[in-house]
Amino acid sequence: MQYALIIREAPEDFARRGDPVYRDGWMAYIKAIGQAGIVIAGAGLTSPETGTIVRRKGEDHDVQDGPYPEVKEQLGGFYLIEVPDIDTALEWATRVPISDKGSVEVRPRLQM
Amino acid sequence: MPPDAGRAAEQVARQSYGKLIAFLAARSRDVPAAEDALSEALAAALRVWPERGVPDNPEAWLMVAARRNLMQAARHRTVQANAQATISLAFEEAEERMNEAGKSVFPDERLKLLFACTHPVIDRSVHTALMLQTVLGIEARTIARSFVVSPEAMSQRLVRAKVKIREAGVPFAVPSGAALSGRLAAVLSAIYAAYGLGWDGLDGEEERHSLAGEAIWLGRALLTVLPDEPEAIGLLSLMLHCEARRSARRDGNGRYVPLDEQDTATWNAIMITEADVLLRKAGSFDRFGPFQCQAAIQSVHAARRFSGATDWQALTTLYAALVTMKPTLGARVGQAAVIGRAVSAAAGLERIDTLDPRDVAAYQPYWAVRAFLLANAGDDIAAADAYMTAIGLSDSPAVRNFLASRLEQVRQASPG
Repeated sequence: MQYALIIREAPEDFARRGDPVYRDGWMAYIKAIGQAGIVIAGAGLTSPETGTIVRRKGEDHDVQDGPYPEVKEQLGGFYLIEVPDIDTALEWATRVPISDKGSVEVRPRLQM
Repeated sequence: MPPDAGRAAEQVARQSYGKLIAFLAARSRDVPAAEDALSEALAAALRVWPERGVPDNPEAWLMVAARRNLMQAARHRTVQANAQATISLAFEEAEERMNEAGKSVFPDERLKLLFACTHPVIDRSVHTALMLQTVLGIEARTIARSFVVSPEAMSQRLVRAKVKIREAGVPFAVPSGAALSGRLAAVLSAIYAAYGLGWDGLDGEEERHSLAGEAIWLGRALLTVLPDEPEAIGLLSLMLHCEARRSARRDGNGRYVPLDEQDTATWNAIMITEADVLLRKAGSFDRFGPFQCQAAIQSVHAARRFSGATDWQALTTLYAALVTMKPTLGARVGQAAVIGRAVSAAAGLERIDTLDPRDVAAYQPYWAVRAFLLANAGDDIAAADAYMTAIGLSDSPAVRNFLASRLEQVRQASPG
């Protein structure tokens, strides 16, 4: 089964990205999940304020800076993993080194 | 309402509930129907008892309430017709027993339920959860949290397992003779797994900590019915040894403290003493087994509070026996760790290298022990690499920080 691990971080998590201890935790996770041989794809993303949102407005497009500021957690990155079952996917979700203000959503890949 | 009254009521209610479920299920073989009849009664008890006090005969109280619910359910047809009849009869039988010459002793048949929950036709991965729910009346939501699964998924698994008990005609009986030891192993494993869930829930998870207490309570309950089973005695000894050191695993700042750095004064001496007495009693039957062996390993660690040192040689002998009897990953990693102390880091590494890389890729204890052995062998670069993997596989912030400090040490030793 393939699952996406959708990692959402709190503003303080994004702010800590320069902190060597926080970064080391992530490096460790990336190393461990890589060695497990389950990663199909994945990427960390730059912080939310660097985002640009494009919406369809009839025939035109509306382009806006950044996501909505009122959201407590923002997408920080994602993995697509291949594991035997949801339990294993959840196990990998518990190892993601985010603070208790972030979250990891585990969602099955759509089968086409 | 004082919180203690609430907790006391909850404990009595749950123990009575478990007894009643067992009694009804043993007759109807229909766990869901028995639960339907009783769960409302339990909820009512938890509302009423903390305020008005626990009744003299909690079982009778729950039974009257449950019977009323069953009658109502019968009107609404929420309980299968055939189960209704059986359960009605069981209620009558129970009432008769309670009224016998003013005796308020209710037969405890929870053990039968334990054996039903851990029957080979039930998928092994559900044994512990099923036991927690049916024997102890713990909510599926709480169980799900401990297992890191969604409450819906956990409920589904439990429902499926209970249907299977009914459909497959799983017997509600304590096996006898030769069948007992094989079946007992599954019961003991389920109880120990429940303890493990509580043991892991250390960082501010009250609910999970209470699971450890429940598991110990189950271990004691098992001994009252099977007093002559050395492995059951060994399991209780093992859990008490671990429990005695529970709080020593964190310092005042919530930092993780490994076993051999723990201050022995913080261990619970009463529990350790009881655990050692049990272990000796188990040994008197002269039927050694994996739970007695694990208890003996903990007993050697506990002896450090008198001798001031750990007898690594004795641990090496015990781990060799454990690996022969039950070669789990955990046992084999533990064996490498003690060889690393008793003989040399190189000998420990040689042992740990015999494990199949595919089995240990995502097994955190392997990487933590491997890193420790490499650091002791002076291979700081490889140690740092293994520490990184161990950190990445940890799900506890306290453990992660502890390993990060060890990583820092080996990095400083090898400026690269």
